[in-house]
This record gives sequence, C-alpha cells and structure tokens, in this order.
Amino acid sequence: MTLTQLSAFETAQKVRTGEVKAIEMVQAALNQIKNVDGVSGSLEPGNLSPEEEQKVHAFIQVTEDLALSQAEKVDQMVTNGEDPGLLAGVPLSVKDIFCVEGTNTTAASKIIANFVPPYTATTVKRLTEAGALVLGKVNLDEFTFGSSNESSAFQPSTNNPWHTDFVPGGSSGGSAASVAAQEVALSLGTDTGGSIRQPAAFCGVVGLKPSYGRVSRLGLIAFASSLDCPGPLARDVRDTALMLQVMAGNDPKDSTSSTKPVDNYLAALEKDVKGLRIGLSPDYEALYYPDMESGELHSEPIQKEVHDVVMQAAEWLAKAGAEIIENVPMSNTRYGIPTYFVISRVEAASNLHRFDGVKYGYRTPENVGDLIELYRRSRAEGFGLEPKLRILMGMYVSAAEHASAYYQKALKVRSLIRNDFDQAFDRGGDYRLDALLTPTTATTAFKRKSVYGNSVLMQYSDQMTVASNHAGVPALTLPGGLDKNGLPIGIQLIGNDFREELILRIGHAYEQLTADEAWRQVRPQVLQGEVKA
Amino acid sequence: MKDYEVIIGLETHIQLNTRTKIFCSCKADSWEAAPNTNICPVCSGLPGVLPVLNAEAVRKGAILAAAMHAHINPKSYFDRKNYFYPDLPKGYQISQFDEPIGKGGYMDLPMENGETRRVRIHNLHLEEDAGKTKTEHGMRLLDFNRCGVPLVEMVTEPDLRSGDEAAQYLVRLRQLLRWIGVSEADMERGHLRCDANVSIRERGSTVLNTKTEIKNVNSIDSVRQAIGEEAKRQIELVESGGKVESFTLDWDADRGKLSKMRSKETEADYRYFREPDLLPVILTAEEVEEIHAGLPELPLARRARFEQDYQLSGYDAEILTGERSLSDYYEAAVQAYGGEAKVVANWMMNDLSRLLNDQGKTAEQLTLKPENLSEIIRMVDEGKINAATGKSLLKKVEETGKSPAAIVEEEGLGLVADSGALRAQIEAILASAPDEVANFRSGKESLLGWFVGQVMRGSGGKADPKRTREILLEMLNKH
Repeated sequence: MTLTQLSAFETAQKVRTGEVKAIEMVQAALNQIKNVDGVSGSLEPGNLSPEEEQKVHAFIQVTEDLALSQAEKVDQMVTNGEDPGLLAGVPLSVKDIFCVEGTNTTAASKIIANFVPPYTATTVKRLTEAGALVLGKVNLDEFTFGSSNESSAFQPSTNNPWHTDFVPGGSSGGSAASVAAQEVALSLGTDTGGSIRQPAAFCGVVGLKPSYGRVSRLGLIAFASSLDCPGPLARDVRDTALMLQVMAGNDPKDSTSSTKPVDNYLAALEKDVKGLRIGLSPDYEALYYPDMESGELHSEPIQKEVHDVVMQAAEWLAKAGAEIIENVPMSNTRYGIPTYFVISRVEAASNLHRFDGVKYGYRTPENVGDLIELYRRSRAEGFGLEPKLRILMGMYVSAAEHASAYYQKALKVRSLIRNDFDQAFDRGGDYRLDALLTPTTATTAFKRKSVYGNSVLMQYSDQMTVASNHAGVPALTLPGGLDKNGLPIGIQLIGNDFREELILRIGHAYEQLTADEAWRQVRPQVLQGEVKA
Repeated sequence: MKDYEVIIGLETHIQLNTRTKIFCSCKADSWEAAPNTNICPVCSGLPGVLPVLNAEAVRKGAILAAAMHAHINPKSYFDRKNYFYPDLPKGYQISQFDEPIGKGGYMDLPMENGETRRVRIHNLHLEEDAGKTKTEHGMRLLDFNRCGVPLVEMVTEPDLRSGDEAAQYLVRLRQLLRWIGVSEADMERGHLRCDANVSIRERGSTVLNTKTEIKNVNSIDSVRQAIGEEAKRQIELVESGGKVESFTLDWDADRGKLSKMRSKETEADYRYFREPDLLPVILTAEEVEEIHAGLPELPLARRARFEQDYQLSGYDAEILTGERSLSDYYEAAVQAYGGEAKVVANWMMNDLSRLLNDQGKTAEQLTLKPENLSEIIRMVDEGKINAATGKSLLKKVEETGKSPAAIVEEEGLGLVADSGALRAQIEAILASAPDEVANFRSGKESLLGWFVGQVMRGSGGKADPKRTREILLEMLNKH
C-alpha cells in the first residue's frame, strides 16, 4: 500500500509512532497531486491540452511550503517525544472558502482573487494544531454557489476522478475530488444546501454535514449564514469521525456555535446497530418541482439505481439487527428547494455586500465618475454569473414590497420542514427514529456542461440534502454502490440534533457489512493503473 | 398671519461608555487614535468574520430603557440593515428593527412655566456605529475606528413644540445619561448626536404635516437655533402659498444656516432581516428585575425630594441635582453635618462649586470628602474658626488630604477665644486710643465696630469676634 492510500487514522498512527515521517506524507501527496491534478485553477487558464482535460484539477493553489513547515513541526514533536495530535502528518485540503492566514483565499471568485486574510479559520486552526498538513486550497463553485464546480472563476474547474467527463458535484467539488483521487486523506468543506454531501456522493467518498452550531463558522466566507456548516470529507467513516472529533466544539468567536459537549465519535463506531430504528420515507423517492407558470408541483421518480441502492442498504442494516421503519412522512421535503431559493439568496445578497471594491479585492481599473459607478463596475466585473443571479433574487425577495410574500413565507415553510424532523425523531412519537436513510442525490454525477447555465435545474440537485440544512440536523453521506456507467451512488443518513455519533455508527456498520462487495473494489478512473490497495 | 405650532420629534444616537466595541474586543473609545488604528478584522468587515455581542452594551441599553420608563423586551433581536456606503465595511449595519430592546417610555420635562411636558419615546434600540468619511484634496478618506462602537438609537414621538423644548430635552437627556452612567454624553465628541424632524401646523389642528429632517445638530445651541430657523422657513413658505417638501437639511453650525443636503447615495429600502450570526438577546425576568432595582433615584425625582426634605429653593435643588455625584455629595454632607440642610447647600452652591471648577473635578473625585465639609461648617458654627478661614480650608484639605482640624491646629488658624490673651491685647489697644475711648464713653457707641476692627487687625484675624465684642463692652463700660 502506498502512503497516499493510507487512511487518516492509519497515517496518524504511523506518524505518531515514528514509522512514517510527516515529511514523507507531504512528498507522497505532492507527488500524487503532480500525477493526477494537472494545472491548478486560475483566472486566465488558456486552452487545455487533451491530456489536461483528463486531469482532476482539484486545486486552486498547492501550499507546498506551508505543508512542509507543518510537517517539520510534527516530525520534530515526534522526535522530542511530544504528542503531535490526532491528525499527525495527515494530508488535508481546504476548500478555498476558508481563511488561512497569509494564504490567498479566493472563494473561487475574481472579486477577491488576491485576498490574503490576516487570520485563520477556527476549523483550519484546530485541524493543523492536531497535526494535519495543509496541502492546498481546493476549487469550488464561486462563493460556493453551485452544485457542479463549473461556476468557479478559477478554470479549469474540477473534474470527477471516476470519470473526468463528469462533474465532481459542488460546491465542495475540489474537496471531494482531492480525497477521491488520493491527493489528500481529508478535506475541509462546507455544506449550505448539500455542498459537502452531493460532491461526496458524486465522487464516491464520505461526507458529513454536522448539526448547525457543532462546528465553528469563523473564517468561513459566508454564503447563507443560517445554513452554512463546515464539515469533513474523507474516504471512510472512521476518518470522517476522526476529523469531526478535532473540529467540533464551541468557539466563543462564533455566537451560533453550540456549547454542548462533544461526543466521542471514534468510540461510538465500536457499537453495532442492533435495535436502532432507521426510517425510510416515500418523500425521498421522487423529485418535486413547481411549474414555472402555474406553480403546480410536478414530480418525477429519482434514478432507479439510486433508489435500489438505498433499499439494499436498508436490507443490510436490517440483517445486522436494525429496525427499518417504512413510510415515515417527510412531506415538506418537497418545498425544500423553493424555500432555499429564497432564504439562501437573501442572506447571500447581504453577505456579498462587503465586496464593493472599496476596501479589499477587485476594483474596476476604469476611471469612475462617482461612488455608485465604482460599486456598479467593480461588482459587475468582479462577480461571476451565479453570484449576480443570487444577489438579484435575494434583493428582490427581501425588498420591502416582496418580503412578506417570499422571505417571511419561506421562514414559515422552513419551520414546517423542521417539524417533519421533530416528529420523525420524537422519542415519544410514532416513529422514534435514530436515523433517516435516504438517497444523497436523485441522480449520479452528470456530464460537464450538461446542466451548468440552468441555475434552477442545478439547484434541484440539492433536493435530497437541503432539508437537513433547513432543519439544522446532521447528515452523513457514504458510498453505496455504482451505477451502470461506473459512477458512485451515495446513501444518506440523517440524524437528530447533535446525534452525529449515531449516524457515524450506522454508517460505519454499513461499511463493515459491505466491505467485501464487488463495487467496493472498483477504483476511480484517475487511479487506475496504480497498485491496488 | 395664522397662529402656527411647531411639531418636533428628535432622533438621538447615544454612544454607550462600554470598554470595548459592541461586536469585537477593540476599545470602544478611539477619540485621540490615528485613523484606522483601532480596528480588527471583525469591525472592519473582512470576509469570514463573525460578531460576538458585548453583554455590557446590552446591560447599559437595558438600564437606559428602564430609566426612560420603557418596556424592556425580554427577547429582542438584531437585524441587518442593508445599504452600501464606504464607511459601512460590511455593507450592512447590525441594528435592531421590529423587536428592539426597549419599546415605549417617556421623559417628563419640567418647563419654565412650571408645567411638565411628557415626551414619549417611540422606541430605543441597540446598534453598531459606522465609520467616518471625509473628503480631502478631492479624495474620499475613510476612518473605521468608530465602526462597531455601541450606540443606542432613541426616537421620540412628535411631542416637542419649540427649539427651546428640544434643547431642554437634550439637556435633560444628557443629565440622565451621565446620571445612570451609561454614556459620557459629550456632544462635542459625538457621544450624543441628534437629528430633528420638524413640521408646522395651525394651532388646534391635530394633523401631522410633511416634515423635514435636520441632520448634524450636534450641540444644544444648534438644536435650538436650527429648529427655530426651520420653523421660520416653513411658516414663511406656507404663508406665501408654498408647500413644505420632505427633504433632509444639513445644519452648518459655523454659519448658523440650513442647507438642503444633496441626494443620498444610499437606498431607501434597507431590506431588514434577522442577523443570522447572532442569537436573540434574552433578558430573564430576574435580570430585568435587577436592572430596575439597580436604577438610582432619577434626577427630577431627587430634585423634588431635595425641595421637600431639605427646604431648598427650586433653583438650589436644580443646581445640586445637576449631576449625580454632586447630589450624592450634598446628601452625605447634610447627613454628616446634622444641622440645617440649607447651610450645607449655601456652602456647596458657592464655595464648593468654585473649588470644583478650579480643580476641574466632579464631586466624587474630590479629596475633600463630605465629612470634611461638614466638619468645616461645624467649626465655623462653633466659633472655632471664622468663615474666611473655613473657606480657605476647603482648598487646603483638597490639596493636602489632611483633616480640617489638623490643618487648623498645625497652622494656628483657630480663633483666639482665650480671655487672658485677648484681654491683654484689648487693654493695649484701649490704652493706645484714649480719645476714642472717651468718645465712646460719652455716648458714641458706634465706635464699638472700630475697636473690634482694631483687635481683629492686631490678631491677624484670629480673634474670636464674639468674645472680642463681649470683652470690649465689659472694659469700655467699666469706669
């Protein structure tokens, strides 16, 4: 087994015992990045060779010096007999929406392409203090606004390591792809409507959206502040649990972060699923979308292979002693996307106000007559299409004359969505679920350029994930199989508030149960030809 | 000309005197700091930062709400007020909107005619201040030091009827803010800022006509003058058949003139929504109770009590309750003195207030404690020192920190009441002035004053005048 195939858990063990040096981990990761990643995303990419078209392009910036200096520190601590931390020597990529002091933080947007923050996000700080090595900043949809990575101002945007003609999903596409392509063991992503889980599902890796408030948002450039959750992406559930363990916990500098004590997630993995109540809901079997003219809801069934994988997963878990509860109504799930369209855009429009060409970031080079023109030009030239659409919509639905019809109503629907979960998890209720088992996405990864440009259709790829953002509950995605094209299918486990330990435990059990399945032995396209694990 | 009435509402911004800013740990006060030196990623709105609410700002806001007789909201919210302006680094101001910390309330203004005008408060909310913009050499310069300074915005109902009343409101508000210790309320430093909404109507009418808003009226005099000017302008306009238009006026204090401000660069629709980065502000019933219980007696109530309990004139009571520490000082001195409260008032109105002025101190900062003052007054009463010595003692105690008795002792300031010494001195004076003695004895009794003066001069002012008079009479009448 090569070093890049090691899990984070194994890596930390080997580094802490001195069996492997952190510096070797950096070199192995840099080597893998060189082999599979191709050119990094940039504002002026030029034409790509056919060979480059087949690369992953997860990174916007490889931070070799940073990783090397962090590795030196870890190795020094090991030599000195000090504890280098739970993530000692583990290669990590960071979605380029997190501030890292002294390192360009672009949000994949031209408007802050050259922004160098004077401080580091709490999550990144906790991970590196635990010994993780930051290999670089990875690509995303501009300001996290998208589900395919294609809206990034830094091109080429990331490709799916399983098949480079396909998108990796988004917005944490660079995160998911860098983990799937074994460039790093772990990646730090964000999930506002599904931005960790959808790309994780598309790229065949594990991703967790923690409960809102479990992980600090400080240093995360905000999209929709009431929905944003930083979270881990990894290749297995144990690594996901390990990374969450390090990141989770109160941050006095984030007022919305919870003071609730952090569970021992790794210990929870030791337990089996006997007697756990796992729900299935008919509301996760179809996609619902309103007719543009009439507003009437239409539905169409989700991809059959995806549905089948979820049913098989339920069978595996039932065989292991879990109780499967069918027909759990989650009837407001279908309004998740329209509600999200309103709430997330209102917050996004406001959060983007600060990018005005005055203090930092892009300012139009043109001579401007007055302040308004400075704003207009800087923002028109600096923002890409997706932020502009979101600003327009956000401003519209929160304008004084529209707010009650849209924004205030959306908040009400959001609380109805929350009620669905309250009832499903209610200890004294009809369902008393420990987790809800659903597909992560309605389809497997789609081809590049096939959806991008249709902002509405793109948004609907979050239909299976967005409800847990509205409700604030934790949700885990993990690989459940492959479709006929060999693209990964994700299954999702949604838990009650702060019950990450339960969904990780179920996910871990499922991994053990399916360890010998044929689909688990298949490897992404970009890794084929390498020595098998 | 018809009889017009001026209708005024004031919008005040009050800077709370917390140690740090409202959402970060920068110092709240940066009066003397160079531009952009008292800032951090949070108050300068860098990407990715989050606000953390300063609990002290909430507490002080609630104290002010209680002092204004407002309802303290047990659950209030912060909202985002969205607009673009270069001195607003986030592009939105974190403020309170529909659920502010305080609702309703009032302040009772004593008027010159003895009546009371109740000025109702519409609402009172917490918010962060923006930065400062200035134009110099054709460049727009920004200073973010003031960004994030905690403010209370307090809006009155249109209950004021003249520039004088508006000025009076500000005087009383400033007194109250200092009294309850929530703001330094220094208008020159922008701790208390004011915008005035002015309209006119025919007396007797109850409609509210179109108003204009005057910005930058940041001194008591400006408020009085600017409102006067604007009322005059509106009346003349209406009298000449014109119509008042709604616009914003700028007050130029140096020229004493109003000018129409150029159109705003901001949008009118602020698209308020709940600030998702902050939790609701919860004040429990116990906390609200504690705030009410901790509220001191307010200035007007204390003034009334002083008139009642200490038999002070309205004027004296007003001066002595001008600020809280002075009134506390007075009460402590009265208590220590034990005699007539009016006597203490006289000392404080004249001599102590001069001392305060000379020293540039507030009453609580004095080294001369209320007990010292009462001791001095008592020594004068008892004839141990004369009044002039008493007055000079105030400064000596203040400067040395020694007790009045110790200073009298050390410097030999006590009056000579010892009959032996005084008698000898008087005998000498009578012996040196045989003509005057003869005149006195032949009936010119008005010469007594002259003799007393001689004795006083001879003793350097230390002779006890009462004893001197007694001994003089005794010796002069002895034939």
